[in-house]
Amino acid sequence: MTATNGNGLAPGADAANGTGRRPLLETRGLSVDFGGLHALDGLDFEVHEGEIVSVIGPNGAGKTTLFNAITATVERSAGDILFEGTSLLGLDPNRVTARGIARTFQNVRLFANMTVLENVMVSQHCRTRQHAFGALFYTPSFRREEAEIRRRAEKVLGFFGSRLVGYRFDQPAFTLSYANRRRLEIARAMATQPKLILLDEPVAGMNPVESAELTGMIGRLRDEWGFAIVVIEHQMDVVREVSDRVVVLDHGTKIAEGDYADVSTDPRVIEAYLGQGTETS
Amino acid sequence: MTGVLLPPPETGAMGGRAETPPAPSRAVLAQDWRRLVRLGAVGAFAQVFIALSNMPVRLDERVVVKPVLSLGYLTLLVVPFAAGYRVGHQIKREGMPVYAAGAHEVAGGAACGALAGGGLSLLAVLLANFDLREPLVNWSPMLAELLAFGNATWFAVVVWLLIGAAIGAVGGILRTLGPRTRRAAVTMALAVAGAAVMEPLVVDLAEGMRLEALTDRLYARRGGVNWTSALGLAAGSGVLAVLGRGRIRQARAHIASLEGAKRNRANSGLIVLTGAALIILPLFAGKLTNELLANVGLFVLLALGLNVVVGLAGILDLGYVAFFAVGSYSAAVLTAATSPRINPELPWLVALIAVVIITGLVGLFIGAPVIRMRGDYLAIVTLGFGEIIRLLFLSDWLSGWFGGSQGITKIPGAGIFGLTSVAGTDPRRVFYLVLAFCAIAIYVSWRLERSRLGRAWTAVREDETVAEAMGINTVNVKLLAFVVGAILGSFSGAIFSAKVGSVFPNSFLILVSIVILVVVIFGGMGSIVGVIAGSAVLIGVLGGPKQPGLLAEFSEFKLLIYGALLIWMMLARPEGLIPSVRRSRELHQEEMAQDAWLRGQVEDDDGSGAQAAPTP
Ligand SMILES: Nc1ncnc2c1ncn2[C@@H]1O[C@H](COP(=O)(O)OP(=O)(O)OP(=O)(O)O)[C@@H](O)[C@H]1O
Ligand SMILES: [Mg+2]
Repeated sequence: MTATNGNGLAPGADAANGTGRRPLLETRGLSVDFGGLHALDGLDFEVHEGEIVSVIGPNGAGKTTLFNAITATVERSAGDILFEGTSLLGLDPNRVTARGIARTFQNVRLFANMTVLENVMVSQHCRTRQHAFGALFYTPSFRREEAEIRRRAEKVLGFFGSRLVGYRFDQPAFTLSYANRRRLEIARAMATQPKLILLDEPVAGMNPVESAELTGMIGRLRDEWGFAIVVIEHQMDVVREVSDRVVVLDHGTKIAEGDYADVSTDPRVIEAYLGQGTETS
Repeated sequence: MTGVLLPPPETGAMGGRAETPPAPSRAVLAQDWRRLVRLGAVGAFAQVFIALSNMPVRLDERVVVKPVLSLGYLTLLVVPFAAGYRVGHQIKREGMPVYAAGAHEVAGGAACGALAGGGLSLLAVLLANFDLREPLVNWSPMLAELLAFGNATWFAVVVWLLIGAAIGAVGGILRTLGPRTRRAAVTMALAVAGAAVMEPLVVDLAEGMRLEALTDRLYARRGGVNWTSALGLAAGSGVLAVLGRGRIRQARAHIASLEGAKRNRANSGLIVLTGAALIILPLFAGKLTNELLANVGLFVLLALGLNVVVGLAGILDLGYVAFFAVGSYSAAVLTAATSPRINPELPWLVALIAVVIITGLVGLFIGAPVIRMRGDYLAIVTLGFGEIIRLLFLSDWLSGWFGGSQGITKIPGAGIFGLTSVAGTDPRRVFYLVLAFCAIAIYVSWRLERSRLGRAWTAVREDETVAEAMGINTVNVKLLAFVVGAILGSFSGAIFSAKVGSVFPNSFLILVSIVILVVVIFGGMGSIVGVIAGSAVLIGVLGGPKQPGLLAEFSEFKLLIYGALLIWMMLARPEGLIPSVRRSRELHQEEMAQDAWLRGQVEDDDGSGAQAAPTP
């Protein structure tokens, strides 16, 4: 338990979070099949409020599939997913988001032709009410809500410093640099006002400086905004830096769980990575 | 001919390989020959096709410039011109022309045009020696006469080669002109063509304004611009173009560069001006113009409705005519005394409320099963529903309600608060009514696009899966677009039935759906101004499915021209006539990203990282 926790949260606090209360998100025996392939195989996984959990594992381990199953983008074949104690089964993806789970995509998927600001504004859809009537008659409540949507969008974008503000507001998303696209994806997830954010390889393709910066931001997301966070990550220094707890997947099952120091020395984890090849280390 | 197609001596002989830009190699120019022959052959084929479609003979009655040019002959000049212009297309390397356009362009254009014209020479010979009537039924015997200008066949052979060469050379010359001269030349041609096309409109308006003296001078008695006035017109517009020197473009750029409030003021000024013109103009116009304007307006209304569905929400609806039909029929049933089953004879405005509700429900009913599908499947299913609705109105089963193929007749005009009644006999009032509803439709599209709903539509169009993951109920949002589109279409239907005074199932053929879609695509998907411009050009000039346009002679060939225009548009300007900002972004992402990069608006990854170095 000597791993430096960049967020200044005492390791003991995690443990208290972890055991006592009901988890924020919990999967029970979650399985996803693609044809004959068990992408996820009876996975038990949980996230507590205010916790940052890293999910690691070799390529094809089923990490992204876990996110897809939670957000209802893929069909699960068995098991249950509980969020705040109630099941998410049978909900459409947009209902899951409305319940408070937001995500980013491994292969960045922005609304490329919408502006930076619009990307974040449209993501507040499930938190806002105004319909055609308000827009047509330009009612006071419509105007108030539009102003509020815009204010919140600017606030969320402001989180990334000067990166996505000012003249960038009105630039189409496709003109952004790769790192900024990843930031905008996170901003979009934040704008849905979630309780839990799922980040799929948030620093992939970033240079070391940027990735160190974003690592700090993931901590701030929890500390300042109060989100619980699940991060899929291949870069071990990032994992060590951010995680309260690390879950290792291989072939759709959990092979290890614990804090970074324990997991990184676990022989089964080492074997999973070595058996797969060394390119992911 | 060989010589002139070779590179001009300066560049060809330069030889210094280290110099930039590099001189064109022989291989590049050898391709010019191939392209010339290929384009010429395509042109020749197109010429024969146009001639055999009987367009030249049919359109010969409409005079463009008296006495030298009829619309019929014009159709035979377009292809050599286009071929001659096209063949001079410059080879560019990294955006820079490899060599300056010059004599070789003109000669190449002439050669290519001659090849294209040669198609007609060949056709003249064939017509004289063989009986082609059997498989090719469209052309009339007058074609041979027309091709030979009333002379012998050999005359046709020679003259079309020469005409082709001359017109092709003109196309080539256009290549060699500087941008300013070229703009002047194009303006001159457009001025004369515009005057000829708009003839019925201008004459009609001039009569209303008591300016007959002017039009009598401009136009010949039997139609067509007098050649003297054509020359004058060309000269005048040429002078204006030279003096204007892109002032319009500057003004537009100026408006575009204005910020917030100022820009809004400029825009609203423009809107007020256009609105005022549209309100005042019909007062001076006669029946013909108003009828035309009303028809264009009905299609603007339909196109605006479809634009919400296709342009904003990205749902390819091929059966949009269904809502036009439902609007027309429900208005007819509710207002006409002669409607077979129920005839409440409601006042038009009251009926309209019911029409909106009924069409909205039908939209919901059709939309609910359809909207869950994506892409091609959705398009096919909507196509089916469009036909089903028409067949229902036609069926014996419902003929007790809707009169089957007899339709519903003697529909009263649209009464407005008991003040006036708007019927087809007074096209001016119809136009004002249509104008009012167009204003409503424009307002609705404009407001919705800039709301939470409009953003959701855009997101759905961009990436449905992600939109869903970002918390947008895509089914609801798309369904709403479908219903809004249906309601806007029903306005058009309700006005249509009051205007025409009768409705029949065959007014709602699938063709109507296609035409509306073509208008939207041609004008620019998602762009309100584009859709209006598209209707004005296609419906106003060429005519709608059953409504004549300014070039009424085209009616037979309308679909052919629609198709050709659409293909050309997709190749040359896929975003449409007046595109929406977003749509052109979609189609030109790469170029725009490159431009942004050149302007320094895109930072490269390392740069941004280094700038904002560690802030722990
Ligand atoms: N839609 C799909 N259809 C079929 N097979 C799929 C699908 N999605 C994922 N798979 C398979 O499921 C397995 C798990 O994939 P997943 O994307 O979850 O891996 P991952 O752990 O995210 O890997 P990576 O580190 O490469 O992102 C892989 O073998 C993959 O090929
Ligand atoms: Mg993955």
